[in-house]
Amino acid sequence: MARRGPGALPGFGLALGWTLTWLSLIVLVPLATLVWKSTDLGWGQFWALATSPRALASYRLTFGTALAAATVNLLLGTIVAWVLVRYRFWGRSVVDALVDIPFALPTAVSGLAITAALAPRGWIGGVLADHGVRVVYTRAGITIALIFTGLPFVVRSVQPLLQQLEPELEEAATMLGASRWQTVTRVVLPAIAPAALTGFALALARGIGEYGSVVFIAGNRPMSTEITPLLIMTRLENYDYAGATALALVMLAVSFALLFGINLLQAWSRRRGTAV
Amino acid sequence: MEPAARDGGVAVGGAAPSSRLVGGAAARPPSAPTEPPWVRRLLIATALGFLGLFVVVPIAVVLDQALSQGLGVYRRAVTDPAARDAIALTLEVAAIAVPLNLMFGVAAAWAIAHFRFRGRALLLTLIDLPFAVSPVISGMVFVLLFGAHGLVGPTLRAHWPGLTIIFGLPGIVLATVFVTFPFVARELIPVMEAQGAEEEEAARVLGASGWQMFWWVTLPKIRWGLLYGVILCNARAMGEFGAVSVVSGHIRGRTNTVPLHVEILYNEYNYAAAFAVASLLLGLALLTLVAKRLVERRARLGDAAPLELAPRDPDAPAARLVPTEVSP
Repeated sequence: MARRGPGALPGFGLALGWTLTWLSLIVLVPLATLVWKSTDLGWGQFWALATSPRALASYRLTFGTALAAATVNLLLGTIVAWVLVRYRFWGRSVVDALVDIPFALPTAVSGLAITAALAPRGWIGGVLADHGVRVVYTRAGITIALIFTGLPFVVRSVQPLLQQLEPELEEAATMLGASRWQTVTRVVLPAIAPAALTGFALALARGIGEYGSVVFIAGNRPMSTEITPLLIMTRLENYDYAGATALALVMLAVSFALLFGINLLQAWSRRRGTAV
Repeated sequence: MEPAARDGGVAVGGAAPSSRLVGGAAARPPSAPTEPPWVRRLLIATALGFLGLFVVVPIAVVLDQALSQGLGVYRRAVTDPAARDAIALTLEVAAIAVPLNLMFGVAAAWAIAHFRFRGRALLLTLIDLPFAVSPVISGMVFVLLFGAHGLVGPTLRAHWPGLTIIFGLPGIVLATVFVTFPFVARELIPVMEAQGAEEEEAARVLGASGWQMFWWVTLPKIRWGLLYGVILCNARAMGEFGAVSVVSGHIRGRTNTVPLHVEILYNEYNYAAAFAVASLLLGLALLTLVAKRLVERRARLGDAAPLELAPRDPDAPAARLVPTEVSP
């Protein structure tokens, strides 16, 4: 596509001006307020609030469950993408549409539905209870809720890449004597790895910040099943703005680091795409 | 081999990570080398089992629980005055927030898709920022700004004593605009980039004013992309829970949106009513997906014309039409 300098088309000044004004008013100034508010605290107080035992327990829970859920999604999401792209079976397009449900369903509804399904008298919880397993109000329950919310990310990242992967590559590998397993692990998986990792990172970022679908199943007991977003909520409800600000700043820093990592991954993914 | 279509940044929120409007969406023909039948069957069973347990069961549970006390209870829960107030508020919030993001999205996409300027890549990342932020923090920043002890809250209160932002409609709208901020822009940027601006330039040469060009050339060209962004933006605006929960104050009949109403009913152990109202949101989600599919199909079939301006190899993936390099 030809590169156009400003001037060829009208409206650059107006469009960019409007964009920057709106971006500043809605996103940048409010986020800056959070950083500004935290400077009131002073380093010592910030550190004390951000590393209190209750905060540390909530980080461990939040990051641990988000990581576990993103890992499950990395494995199963890649399989789902593979099946949707490579195999033809009855109801495939409906299954493809189902993948978007976790994006479209409001988080509060997801939370209620998952809790009801896993409750000791629920459809799945009942079966589990017969075997003496309880998942509601445990880490496992939180992880399951996060698997649900993060489900589409890996699938939707890998799918387009798998569709564009040229069959000649695999045919060449097969003709050169590679077994099917070797072809898949040495040719196909390396090609889709950057996209799969991008999806993993997106699911992780989403899982860390997730609130609505987790609060209903988490049980929310301090030190054991209290996720960081909920702890922030509790602090806010008690008008403990200093405590909420310190926690929010930690989460924001992690989110930005992940966003940066995702941008790098996507750049890698594009380079890898051109190299193959 | 073409790289995957750049989707204009990252998505950590409600949108699919890559735009489904442009890019290789056509089904890939099954290739010659394939797996033995038992492996194929095992993989299909794994995928279907996973989606069945994690997606189909929750949907079915919502419907089952909503109707567990019979249709009468369902109807009462949905037509209850508090539920009706919540529905009205949710519609009102979406009716304000979505057009605001629509205008922003068109402006941002116009500037980013058609012009190269310093800081363009940074701007793309900043637009995606709200997707990376936890909903709780998205609501909290507005409390820190406009709350009773916030940065500008006390000053505003001194000048306009009647104005409530936090625990009122303005706060809910602000939080909703924040969380749905990137949707329209993210969908429009790849669409506009793929379409190019030849028609706009032709219109200008033929003497159209800037606004005439926009109304008669650009808007018709981007209508499906625009509609797609609006559908996604609207779904999130009506369903947002965490951010709105922080700023709303949960005042029944006044600052209670539908998702918050569901939570209140649930916390009151009024399960059948909670799931009945939740089933309305489930309906909205299913409707959103159907609308999304229809628009995807129309965008691919009906509006392929602007894309065809580029010389097209019928075997090439559609993503070839998307510029591969976005950073300046």
